[in-house]
Formats: sequence, C-alpha cells, structure tokens
Amino acid sequence: MMSKIVRTITNLFTPFIFMFGLYVIIHGHITPGGGFQGGAVFASGIALLIVAFNSKKVQKHLKEHHLSIIESSGALMFIGLAFAGLAFTFFFNILIGSPIFGQIPPEGSNPGFIWTAGVIPLMNIAVGLKVIAGLSAIVLVMALSSSNVRIEE
Amino acid sequence: MIESELLHIVIPILLVVCALLVLIVNDLIIATIALGALSLLLSLEFFILQAPDVAIAEAGIGAAITTAIFIIAIKATKRM
Repeated sequence: MMSKIVRTITNLFTPFIFMFGLYVIIHGHITPGGGFQGGAVFASGIALLIVAFNSKKVQKHLKEHHLSIIESSGALMFIGLAFAGLAFTFFFNILIGSPIFGQIPPEGSNPGFIWTAGVIPLMNIAVGLKVIAGLSAIVLVMALSSSNVRIEE
Repeated sequence: MIESELLHIVIPILLVVCALLVLIVNDLIIATIALGALSLLLSLEFFILQAPDVAIAEAGIGAAITTAIFIIAIKATKRM
C-alpha cells in the first residue's frame, strides 16, 4: 500500500491506460502496435494497480486461475484461426459485408477501416488476450509470493 | 527537421546520464526510477528513429513492467 498521492493518481489514470491498450490491440493492423504492444500497455496498468494497492486487494478481483484460462483461450483462438485459413478464410475477408461489421470499403487507398484485414484483427485480439493474461499473471504471482500468500494452483 | 537533429544529440547524452545515475546512486528506489527514465528516453529515441512499434513495446515492457517488478522485489527485501 503506497501513499495517498500514488493511489489517487492510479485511480485517475488506470481506465485511460486500459482504454489505450485495447485501442492499440484493436487498431493493430492499421496503426503502429499490435497484440503484443497493446497487451503490454494493458498489463502495465494492472502492474500499476498491484504496486499502488495491496496485492491481496487486487487478488480478490483477479484470480490467477482465471488468468490461466484467458491465456489458454487466447492460444486456442490463435491456433483455431490459423487452421480456419485452410478451410474457408484463405484470401477471403469473413468480417466485411456483414450487417454487424459494416459495409464493404472502397477499393484502392483509403484512410483505414478497422474490419479490412481479414482475420488479422481477430489474431491480434487473440495475441492480446494471451499477452495480457501472461504478463499480469507474472506480476501478480510475484507480488503475492513476495507477500507470503499461499498461491493455489 | 532541425529539432530532430538536436534531439539526436540530446537524447543519447541523457541516456548516458541516466545509466551513470543508476550506477552511482545508493538508494535502490531512486536507481529503479532512473532505470525507468532510461527506458522512456530509449523509447523516445526509437520513435525518432521511426520505429514506433518498438517504441510502444519498449515503453510498455521496459518502462512500466520492469519498474513494477523491481519495486515489488525491493519491497520484499529490507530497505537499505
């Protein structure tokens, strides 16, 4: 538990850090960044929470086995998307043209629409989930084990 | 760009100053903060050299998570 200044600044800044990390993940194929960079930014927000508050208080909302489940699901999503390329997403954009994700963008150079790169945004989201869960689990387990809390498997 | 030429001179000097500060200072917390400042300056240098991907990764990993891990490790030991 750090001082009141650190806690107040953490309360102010953490939503913006999370928002920026998710922005970098989702816009990974049209702006600099991607799954790994956005996940690192998001996990740095969680590390800020763990350093500023007590690690036991963070552990009430962020269990370690939940992080393990998120990490495994990110890896499975990446592998599943890669094998889906063999069947029906090879050279074919499955996201565009459907009523959920918007209209077909014009051909040629355009300012960059989000759902334009085939399965690359979905793969960025999978890598982002894996990196968020992995880096958060590293910092959380280190903080918990240094404060003499028994970690369940 | 004139400012870019100037920044190419100023930022490596500040990098060396931060690295020497890490070596000289006795307090571990101050050394950790200086290491974080070194990472932030390094990410700024990557950005000026037109590698924004590496800059974001360096700012996330080097300046934030490494500092957090060092601070957790220092809190677990006795403060000198």
